[in-house]
Order: sequence, then structure tokens, then C-alpha cells
Amino acid sequence: MTSRSTEPAIGRDIRTVLALLVMTWVALLAACGEGGQKKAGEQALAAADIAAPESRLKTHPQTGEPLARKQVLVRGNSSEPASLDPHLVQDNVGGAIVVDLFEGLTRSGPNGDTEPAMAKSWSSSDNNLTWTFHLREDGRWSDGTAVTAHDFVYGWRRAVDPEVGSNYAYYIESAGVANAGEIIAGEKAPEALGVRALDDFTFEVSLDEPITYLPDMTVHYTMFPAPRQAIEAHGADWTKPGNMVSNGAYQLKTWHLGEKLVAARNPHYREDDQTIIDRVVYVPIESASAELQRYASGELHMTSTVPVSQMARLKKERPDELVMAPSIATYMYTFNVNRPPFDDVRVRRALTYAIDRNVIVSYITRGEQMPAFTLTPPYVSGFDFRQPEYATWSQPERDEAARQELRKAGYTEDNPLEFELLYNTDESHKALAIVISQMWKEKLGAKVTISNLEWKTFLSQKQAGNFGMARQGWKGDYNEASTFLTLLTSDSGNNDGGWSNAEYDQLLLDARSSEDPNPYYVRAEEILWQEFPVAPVYFNTTVALVSPRLKGYPENNPRNIVYSKDMYITAD
Amino acid sequence: MFSFIIRRLLVAVPTILALITVSFVLMHAAPGGPFTNERNVPEAVMENIEAKYNLDKPLWQQYFIYVGNVAQGDLGPSFRYKDFTVNELIESSFPRSAYIGAWSFLFVVVFGVGLGVLAALKQNRWPDYTVMTAAMTGVVFPNFVMAPLLVLLFAVTLRWLPAGGWEGGQVEFIVMPIIAMATSYIAQVARITRSSMIETLRSPFIRTARAKGIPRHKIVLRHALKPALIPVVSYLGPAFVGIITGSVIIDQVFSTGGIGQHFVNGAINRDYSLILGITILVGVLTILFNAVVDILYTWLDPRVRY
Repeated sequence: MTSRSTEPAIGRDIRTVLALLVMTWVALLAACGEGGQKKAGEQALAAADIAAPESRLKTHPQTGEPLARKQVLVRGNSSEPASLDPHLVQDNVGGAIVVDLFEGLTRSGPNGDTEPAMAKSWSSSDNNLTWTFHLREDGRWSDGTAVTAHDFVYGWRRAVDPEVGSNYAYYIESAGVANAGEIIAGEKAPEALGVRALDDFTFEVSLDEPITYLPDMTVHYTMFPAPRQAIEAHGADWTKPGNMVSNGAYQLKTWHLGEKLVAARNPHYREDDQTIIDRVVYVPIESASAELQRYASGELHMTSTVPVSQMARLKKERPDELVMAPSIATYMYTFNVNRPPFDDVRVRRALTYAIDRNVIVSYITRGEQMPAFTLTPPYVSGFDFRQPEYATWSQPERDEAARQELRKAGYTEDNPLEFELLYNTDESHKALAIVISQMWKEKLGAKVTISNLEWKTFLSQKQAGNFGMARQGWKGDYNEASTFLTLLTSDSGNNDGGWSNAEYDQLLLDARSSEDPNPYYVRAEEILWQEFPVAPVYFNTTVALVSPRLKGYPENNPRNIVYSKDMYITAD
Repeated sequence: MFSFIIRRLLVAVPTILALITVSFVLMHAAPGGPFTNERNVPEAVMENIEAKYNLDKPLWQQYFIYVGNVAQGDLGPSFRYKDFTVNELIESSFPRSAYIGAWSFLFVVVFGVGLGVLAALKQNRWPDYTVMTAAMTGVVFPNFVMAPLLVLLFAVTLRWLPAGGWEGGQVEFIVMPIIAMATSYIAQVARITRSSMIETLRSPFIRTARAKGIPRHKIVLRHALKPALIPVVSYLGPAFVGIITGSVIIDQVFSTGGIGQHFVNGAINRDYSLILGITILVGVLTILFNAVVDILYTWLDPRVRY
């Protein structure tokens, strides 16, 4: 047959084509390999800094450590911010960038304490109803103009201006700034806000009620100044690279969503001569495991988190790089007290007792979290931290008490407690829900259905009160106990469980204007220990990987505010 | 042919409108909204935010405002990324996905068709078994498995390639995204090509050609390949749109800054304008490339006329 005789010819053709294809493929890979073989990670860093200048310093001015030739810091930042406008940003990822770009009256020191920043000093008068901040005179915007009290007035007004539509407008209101509520409701003009510039460098805040912790609150970006010149020139586009003017240690250079944001040292910044990091690159990596791989390949100096599933391995393999910083954040389960069986305080108490928190922090979360028996974490500054009596019991004692409570509430083997535990879809929430529901099942014979919902669906169900028990996390907005305790007041927008206690509400109201609010806070916590509107599980930590070459990471700041200007990169 | 194109264009407008309407209704039916947050803000604050984005208006009014803006080419502001409009987001991210996609598509066509033809010609012999085993493996290696594996091998272990980034689309930054994108498509195309080629080689006109004594390579290249490609082209049309509009996995694992991430994140964040914008883009591309496929049919099979 002819076909038989032509077959070798065909085979040759195809073989030639194939060989060519494979060779191209290999050549392509090899070409990349050659360029990359030097050090792919370093190459990526080099590409990331584009034309970053060589560092001005060879050694650290204070410690004398040899510094890396290029001071380009690459930070893993879990996702993209809602905005870079200090008055529109509303998330931690945005906050991380905004505190590098802008500077407020105060900042968070290495231990979480409030330190002077743009304000060199402050004082209150009129029984804490009027606060006066004295600004530094050497503050400069990145266009070289002076930062004045007028910029703070402008910024604070923007925050409450309905036209700006800031999520955190309520933050100004919760600080008690005069007329904030009326402005948000559209009843008064933003100009009516209780802030004014006495002169270029004196900023005065008038409050409706005396708030003693106002300076702590000004660490938050909602109380940052805003550059009127840039906003009026560019409108909504003022946060774009090239348009943005900022007063922090860095200024925005480039930003491509989903790839990276690059900030460069602001030469006009007042302490620019002490800033060592020249460029900061924020890489938004939503998946914690992808972020870990980027770190492992040498392309990140620090991660924003660590996958829970990798904790055990990393503790063994990279113990020196794993940072577990206490955080002012509490992980808990909220009871819907308007719904049986949780309308019975004995049920809430039994379930809270029966959670073996040591098992959870040692075997599930593994990030040096601390068992929680209170709502407010101990790391909150100035807080008189106390624990309820059952915190001192052994777990078997708590379990026994829990069984008794449940029996009193009328639940037996024939009539077991049944309910649904709701959480948002996430590996670590799932692990926790499984383990805790198993504890309740074994110790109390409870029949728990655990169900997960996609994030926004979960939130809308929870906020509508359509749940029995739901996961709840809470991170403090400022470093003072009221940021936690006001979560459970009757008028709180986040008190989804619907618990209400007149004495508790009054205590927190009284605490606001008190010189020493601690006695009120202690009493408020005591009410929570009796009433169990929530079951606290643990106080969270911020877990991250930090390169051994990156120095100055704030390991002891429970607010987890990482200022790039405080860090530096040492030579190999 | 000309009237065919006109007809297609006329059908495209109502199709896109229907797509917008259905997506709009479905999106608003999903629980929660773009501004539902873990921190519930006070009512007055929420009202101000919603007013800023026209969400305080009745749904039908929002719909007409939206359609009116789209008609003028304005896809509206993103609700999640407040510093950007949807037009800006698409303009900055789509070219990247399209660039990775174009390279991936080239590899898909060359390797997929090449390997498929090889397997068909060597049916039930070792080249066939090798290709088909590789194809089966490729099919079960979707990009969310492939991408992290590539990073682990080439970036973490061997340190040959950077694990992520874009840097103007330099070759070392896009090699892994392209491989991750192309692998399962190559496998799929190889399988389709193989079975279609085998079928064509058995058809009477090929037997006639053989009986006439035409050499086999001429039979394959001149007579069998074109008809065998018809099912492949039907698959590649929609696949092309899928490839150039990127993938959330590739964007997330490699930080390529492409458009794939926006589609999924848009849905998760209830970023109404962003999802609608990308839906319209994908819709338009799908209609366009389906038309291209139909035109290709006339070339592949002279019997097809419009």
C-alpha cells in the first residue's frame, strides 16, 4: 500500500515539527532561567524598585549596623484598599498604606501608646470639653507647602461631610465633636463642626461631652489632615499617582490594582533625613498561602498574615521569622438573646463555660493567642484588666458547672439542646466551629448544626438578627476600652445579638466623661460575666513572617500599626 | 457575508441589553450590598453613602440611570475601589490579561492541535498513549492546582523565576501565568482534535483520496485537517474569550494585575458597577468571537454559506 511507503516521510515531518516546538519551549524556559538564575527573588525586588536610588547611608546612624545597598521594603498587604483618601479608607489594608502617606496629630508608639506626631503637645480645658493641639511648624505637604491647623479643620470637616460619604463619619461623632451628628444627618453645614484653627499652628476641638481619650482617638486616619490644594485641583482623582499630595514620610508613586502600589520617600517630610527606607512596595495578595510562597521565594520582606494550616510547620522551620504580636482584637460567638434557647442566660453560661480555650489556642489557632473570658483584651492601654471567677477554674470544673446550668435550664439527654452556629466561609472559622461544637456535643450533649455563609450574606443575616449563634470578631478602633465595651450597648449598630441592659448602657455613658473611667469599665465587664451576651473565645494576635534582615518591626504594638519609616533593611 | 455581519450586529444589541438586565436583577437580589460591612455604620452615615452612589433611588431608576450611562460608554464608579471608575479598572487590567491570554492561546492552538493530530495518526500506539495520558493529566490539573505548583517548583525551590509581578510583561514574569493558563486548554484541544481527526480519517473522501494514491502527509494536511478542525474551532471561540479575560487564580497567585480578579472580587464585594462592566465586556467579546467562529466555518467547510 502506498500509505505504508509514505509513512516514514510523514513521521519525519511531524517529528521535525514536534522537535522544533519542544526546542522553542525549552529555549524559552532556558532564556528565562538564565536571566533568573542569579537570584530570581532579588531580580523581582530589583524590578520592583524600578530605579530606586542607592541608600544614602551605609550604616545605621544609631546602631551602626551595615545597611542594604537599596532600601526598598516590600510588604505583603492582603488586599486592595477601598481608597487612599484618609477620609474614605475603611479597612486595615488601606490604613497600612495611609499611615505611611499621611501623618495625623498623634501616632501609635512601639508599645501601642499614643505619641505626638504632627501635634507636639496638647491640652484640655473647660473640663475636657475643649482640646487644643499645638502643631509642629516644620510639617510639610509633599508639594512643599506647610501643614497647618487649617488642613486639619478641612480634613475633619470632610470626614463628616455627607457629600464625601465617609464610612467613618460616625468616628468623629463618637469622639463627641460638636455638631458632628447634625452634620451627618444633613441638618447643619460641615462648617458648623466643632473644630477651628486658632492660628496656623493651633488646632482646637470643641466637644459636646467631655471625652478624656480624644488624643488616643486622633491616631486614627479619619482624623488626619487633608490637602485642600490637591483635592480642589483634581476632585475625585486626587488620590491618583501624580495628583496626590500627602504629609507623611512617603508619597504615592505608582499604583496598579492587584499588582502593587509603590510609595517613595517624601523629601519634604519633616524627619526625612532620619527615614532610611527609600521605597515601600505594597503587594496585595489575597490568598495567605500565595503570600507565604512569595515570602518563601524571597520576594517579600514581611507578610500580612500566615495560613493557620502552616503554623506548626513554620514554627519549626522559621521560628526566628515568625512574629506573633498581641492585638487588640477579640474572637467570640454572639448569642441572639431574643431567640430560644439563647433567651435563657443559663444556656449562654453553660455554652461559654464548656469551651476549652486552651485546646483552641494550643492546637487550632497556634499563634500565641490568649484564652479570653472577657470582652476587652488585657493589652488595651490603661485598662484595669480583671477576669471572672470561672477563668481561674480548671476546665473539668467549668464543664461540671456547665452541665449543672444546662440541667437547671431543663435540657436532658431526652431533651437535648439544639441550635445552629453560623460563621462566614473561611478555613480557620470552620476549624474553630467544628472543634467548639464538638466540645459542646461531648460535654453537654448539645446538637449543634454548623453552617457557613458567604461573607456578605453572612453579614446581612447577622445584622438582621436572623441567627441563633454567630461568629463575631472585633478589633479596636483606638487604644481604649470603650472601643470594645460600646459594642454591646443598646444603641450600638453592631450589637447584633440584641442584648440590652440599662445599667450597662448608663455605665458606659458615665465612663465617657469621667476622669478615671476604669471603675465603670470594670463594673461593665462584671455585668457581661453575669449575662453572657457573647462567649469570648480568644484574644487575637497578628501573626506575620518578617525577614531577619528587616529591623524595627513593631512586635509589641497591639494596634499592629506598622510605620515603614521606623524600619530599615540590613545588609546580608 | 455582509448581510450576515449586519444581522449579527443587530442581534447583539438586544442580547447585551438582556444580559445587563438579568445581571442587574440577579446582583441586586444577592443578600447584602456593596456597603455592607462587618462594622455596621449608623443609619445617617449609610444614607449619605448610598445617596452618593444613587443607591437610595428606586431600583428601576437605578437601572435606567445605569443603562443610560452605559450607552454613553460610562460604566460608572467602582463601589469597592472608590478611587477608580470601572472604565479605569478595565482599561488598566484588561490589556494585561489579554496579553497573557494571547500568548496562552498561541500555545493552545500550536500544541493542542499538533499533539491531537499526532495522537490521531499514531492511534493506539505509544505516541497516542503518551499524548492522551498527558492530556488527561492536563485536564485534571486546572490552573488553581497548576499555578501554586509552578510557583513552588520554579520560584521557591529552584529560584529560576520570580513568583509574581508584572513589570511591563517581561518574559520571566509571564512564563508561569501562561503555562498555568494554557495547560488545561492544550489538553482539551488535543483531545478534541484527536477524536475529530480520527473520525475524518475514516470518512469516504479520505478513503477515495488514498485510493487515488495521494501521499498520506498531503491527505492529512490538505484534506483531513480542515474538516477535522471544525469542532476544535467551535470550542476555541468561547475558549478564546475565557483565556483573554483572565483568571482570578492567575491574578491572585502571580499578582499580574489582570481583569480576572475583578470579576470574582466584584461579585464577592457586591461591586455592582464592576461586575456589570466586566459582564458587558465578556458579553461583547463572546458575541464577537462567536461571529468570528461562524466566519471561520465558511473557510473550513465550503458547504457553509450565510
